[in-house]
Amino acid sequence: MSYRNDPYDPKQVALLDPAALGQAVTEAEKAFAAAGDPDVLAAVRPAHLGDRAPVALARREIGALPPAAKADAGKRVNEARRAIEQAYAARAEVLEREQAERVLASEGVDVTLPYDRRPRGSRHPITVLMEQVSDLFVGMGYEVAEGPEVELEWTNFDALNIPADHPARGLMDTFHIAPAEASGLVLRTHTSPVQARTMLSRQPPIYVIAPGRVYRTDELDATHAPVFHQVEGLVVDRGITMAHLRGTLDHFARAMFGPDAKTRFRPHYFPFTEPSAEFDIWFPEHRDGPRWVEWGGCGMVNPRVLRACGIDPEVYSGFAFGMGIDRTVMFRHGVSDMRDMAEGDVRFTRAFGAGV
Amino acid sequence: MRVSVSWLREYVDIPADLPVGELEQALIDLGIEVESIVDLSATVTGQLVVGEVLEIEELTGFKKPIRFCRVDVGAANGTGEPQEIVCGARNFAPGDRVAVILPGGVLPGGFAIGARKTYGRNSNGMICSARELGLGDDHDGIVVLPADTPAKPGDDARPVVGLDDIVVEVEITPDRGYQMSLRGLARELAQALGVGFRDPGRVPATAGTTEPAYPVQVRDTVGCDRFAARLVRGVDPTAQTPNWMQQRLTVAGIRSISLPVDITNYVMLELGQPMHAYDADRIAGPLVVRRAEPGEKLTTLDGVTRALAPEDMVICDAGLPNPLAGEGAGVPISLAAVMGGETSEVVASTVNVLFEAAHWDPVMVGRTARRHKLFSEAAKRWERGVDPALPLVALDRAVALLTRHAGGDAGAEVLDLDHVRPRTPIVLPVDLPSRRVGVDYPPARVIALLEQVGCTVARGADRLAEDPGDAGVATVDGEALSVTPPTWRLDLTDPADLVEEVARLDGYANVPSLLPTAPPGRGLTWQQRRNRSVSRSLAERGHVEVLAHPFVSPGFADQLGLPEGDPRRQAVRLANPLSEEEPLLRTMLLGPLLGIVKRNLGRGLRDLSLYEIGTVFHPRPDAGSPPAMGVDRRPTDAEFAVADAVVPHQPRHVAVVLTGDVEPAGWWGGGRAANWADAVEAGRAVLAAAGVPDWRVEVRATEYAPWHPGRCAELLVDGVVVGHAGELHPAVVATLELPRRTCAMELDLDALPVPPVASAPTVSGFPPALIDVALVVDDQVPAEAVRQALAEGAGELLESVRLFDVYASEQLGAGRKSLAYKLAFRAPDRTLTVDEAVAARDAAVARAAELFGATLRGA
Repeated sequence: MSYRNDPYDPKQVALLDPAALGQAVTEAEKAFAAAGDPDVLAAVRPAHLGDRAPVALARREIGALPPAAKADAGKRVNEARRAIEQAYAARAEVLEREQAERVLASEGVDVTLPYDRRPRGSRHPITVLMEQVSDLFVGMGYEVAEGPEVELEWTNFDALNIPADHPARGLMDTFHIAPAEASGLVLRTHTSPVQARTMLSRQPPIYVIAPGRVYRTDELDATHAPVFHQVEGLVVDRGITMAHLRGTLDHFARAMFGPDAKTRFRPHYFPFTEPSAEFDIWFPEHRDGPRWVEWGGCGMVNPRVLRACGIDPEVYSGFAFGMGIDRTVMFRHGVSDMRDMAEGDVRFTRAFGAGV
Repeated sequence: MRVSVSWLREYVDIPADLPVGELEQALIDLGIEVESIVDLSATVTGQLVVGEVLEIEELTGFKKPIRFCRVDVGAANGTGEPQEIVCGARNFAPGDRVAVILPGGVLPGGFAIGARKTYGRNSNGMICSARELGLGDDHDGIVVLPADTPAKPGDDARPVVGLDDIVVEVEITPDRGYQMSLRGLARELAQALGVGFRDPGRVPATAGTTEPAYPVQVRDTVGCDRFAARLVRGVDPTAQTPNWMQQRLTVAGIRSISLPVDITNYVMLELGQPMHAYDADRIAGPLVVRRAEPGEKLTTLDGVTRALAPEDMVICDAGLPNPLAGEGAGVPISLAAVMGGETSEVVASTVNVLFEAAHWDPVMVGRTARRHKLFSEAAKRWERGVDPALPLVALDRAVALLTRHAGGDAGAEVLDLDHVRPRTPIVLPVDLPSRRVGVDYPPARVIALLEQVGCTVARGADRLAEDPGDAGVATVDGEALSVTPPTWRLDLTDPADLVEEVARLDGYANVPSLLPTAPPGRGLTWQQRRNRSVSRSLAERGHVEVLAHPFVSPGFADQLGLPEGDPRRQAVRLANPLSEEEPLLRTMLLGPLLGIVKRNLGRGLRDLSLYEIGTVFHPRPDAGSPPAMGVDRRPTDAEFAVADAVVPHQPRHVAVVLTGDVEPAGWWGGGRAANWADAVEAGRAVLAAAGVPDWRVEVRATEYAPWHPGRCAELLVDGVVVGHAGELHPAVVATLELPRRTCAMELDLDALPVPPVASAPTVSGFPPALIDVALVVDDQVPAEAVRQALAEGAGELLESVRLFDVYASEQLGAGRKSLAYKLAFRAPDRTLTVDEAVAARDAAVARAAELFGATLRGA
């Protein structure tokens, strides 16, 4: 140990010798470089930067120097110490990085392992399409209307200008609710009764879309089903024309099938519309090549229907259209057999995912 | 309806070079659906020649009689020797000329003809039937050419049998009866193609005479508003139907029967007027046209004896006594407008033919046809509407055809009992077509188009003032047209019908495309959003959606073990189910859904998690019939409410079925089989997705078919049961042959309340105090009840309580279980002290102890 008033102890002062300090730095650098991981590095730190390290001991000797020499010696000690600290930090950084890399390398896994631990579910393409169609029209300001599946004959037929003995009634292949004549009820053969219910329950302007299940007495085969789905559109407002009908269907077609989609009208007959048309859509992506596909029926709401539902045909006019959802799913997705959609085989539905 | 273009050309100047595609397009644009359009000349390739049968050798010893024929085909076979052909038909004799296809030819359907050995002989070619040639459905025998056919052996048989033609098969919409004839189609095509038209229905006809052709009395002029008849005496009963007529009938799918009958069918096709031919000698007295009397019967031409309904119109022979119908009413010999009777039909010996051309009430015919399930060609036309101006024209045509081909003497007398009422004009505001279609049709164009289809159009607004109600529309500029449709256009009754005619004839392609602007909408209803949310949530949880048919069998309620008196046994029944086995509509989704599970299992798919969102049907007890409501006005709200009350209750349900593994085995470990808890959790997930807050949901044990009595939960919202979940009853599973431990959930979505607007919680930034407690209770105590007791006792400081372990052991003692809960306490305004937290914990445990005797484990 040295004392304040013992300035000439050559042994002690030797620690402040530039050569000694330089050696302290060299030895520290050597020791740090030799440390192979952060723990070893930390272990050797006290020997070079701790209280008993050469630079720490040298600092203590500064007081013993004559005042003239103090500043110079202090500067030398500080520089040495800074050099050692920098060497330590640099080495520490390298070692920590190396260690982190080792850990990451050791933690690698086979990311291709399957983890289908919670199987994904899926929604039926018919449900998804009905939602898509509804959303499209809701975006245009329409509302989604609904009605019962077991329906009054009056709303399914009479109100739609299909009187009891009309040939069109015979064409509908209707499921009647027992007792056949007396119940006055049928499984609705189309979504059109929703038109009647809508007009009975609200006044124009009416802009509604009505997706739903309908029933006909067809045996299930590749192209027929006793239960299928339709979507119906109804607009009743002042000054509505067939041009509005066409514009709406064109917009619908483009939104569903892309900007190149187009529609074509063919004169047809429906009791509840006059004029009436069937409409086809040009479908370029058809699995059997581009073609016109029969899409649905439409027309201007027959004034008789408006009258039966309490809407003044002198003031208002309207259009209605309807198309088969199942049919649309079939040509859009290339489903070749109607049964695939009805049988509930999970392999079929899973192919469609949850739908967006 | 199938017609040949060559026949159409008799009335319409179809350009000779019109491509088939353009003809088809013209028909489509008219609203006539083209089922097929076939150029017959291209359907048979190779040598199809006229052959004359020289010799027939009957071959025996086979299952059916077979003929070995030698047929002269001229030089067509290259040798001039008779062609040897084996044939299974028997309707020909030596000397007959037939259609022969030689080896190398191909018949419609790609049927290639070769020389082959059959029935022990070499057969070089084939003698063809009409069906084999694609000419019609007749396959009862081969085509035998009529004797007067100007063709010799070896000639090309195509023009002779009608294979040089184009055949169009069209589907006529139910409103346009006038198109169901050559006359109607030709008229439409003439308009579409802008070419000339000769109307075979508007020619001068012999008028009715004072002296009737045959005494007829019409007793019901509503059912029959016109009855006309003519008599031809002394025809040659052996006269054959000419070849050209047979061919045209064959193309139309009508079999040749006899010349008089063929003529009635031919005139029906040509003009659209269904007719009937009687053997006048087989009628005893005057004819009476009337409604049938109860109990009357008639054997129609198809050999079926039919019990007549009082609404059926019949033609009766007043020469026969009939105690059922009274004096002079006669015995029914024909079911009017639908089918003739056996006793008066034309037979092989008929020499005096009475032709009938009448006009019948379309509604009556439709009902009669449906009642007797007799959808004859005649009935189809009557139901769709027949031109009442045709009878005399049709009679003239039929008489002319018969006398030309069978001789005889057409009497001068023409019977015509005409009660047809003239058409009333339709008042059409001249701008209505433009206002409804969105195309600017100048008045002159509207008038021209309507006149084109045969309407008589008078200009003048004054008529509108006389009869504004019928128009149903006011005119903007005051000009109105008075439009009288032609007699054949029974479909034109309303202004809207005329609007359609204008738009159709001008072309639907001219209608522009314009998007209307809807007023701002309100988006989806909360129920619609809820149903979507539930559907998506279930799919995200791994369930697969199916859409089952709702038909179930009456035995299903027993299979599910539903107790007597269970309301789900009351089902809506179909009067005409597809399958007599399944006449009921589902009262729960699970029924049909379990069927779909079985179908998947049958296809080797074992791990199934299915869901369905759909309607179930509950009949209204003693609903009765809805009141009759007209359509001339809106029913009042009260009237409609009474009718609507008859409609079954049809709530929307959601159901889930689980079987097999819900989590598969994998490299992470073993799989996890579906159990009751997955079903309950599916129910909770549905409620959460439907926006029902957890605190309003209650789950409790219950017994309810078809679930396992010890593993069935009922789900309640605000104390109301909305659904059930758990494991299915083992007996049900066994009966339905489902895998053991199949689990299910079903819930009534429509029973759920409106999702509340949630109020935001106070989120405290202070740290929680976490304390675990293990409580020992009797093992009959539901965990949920203990949780509630803890929550109640803990008070406001409790943030959450969660059960993390259930444990039973010998040490605890029989009938005891330990429930371990993690309690989290937190204050909104401070860090809780240990004392505060412990005090709250103690209060929670004390409540559980008070209610259920719970003790702290290890305490």
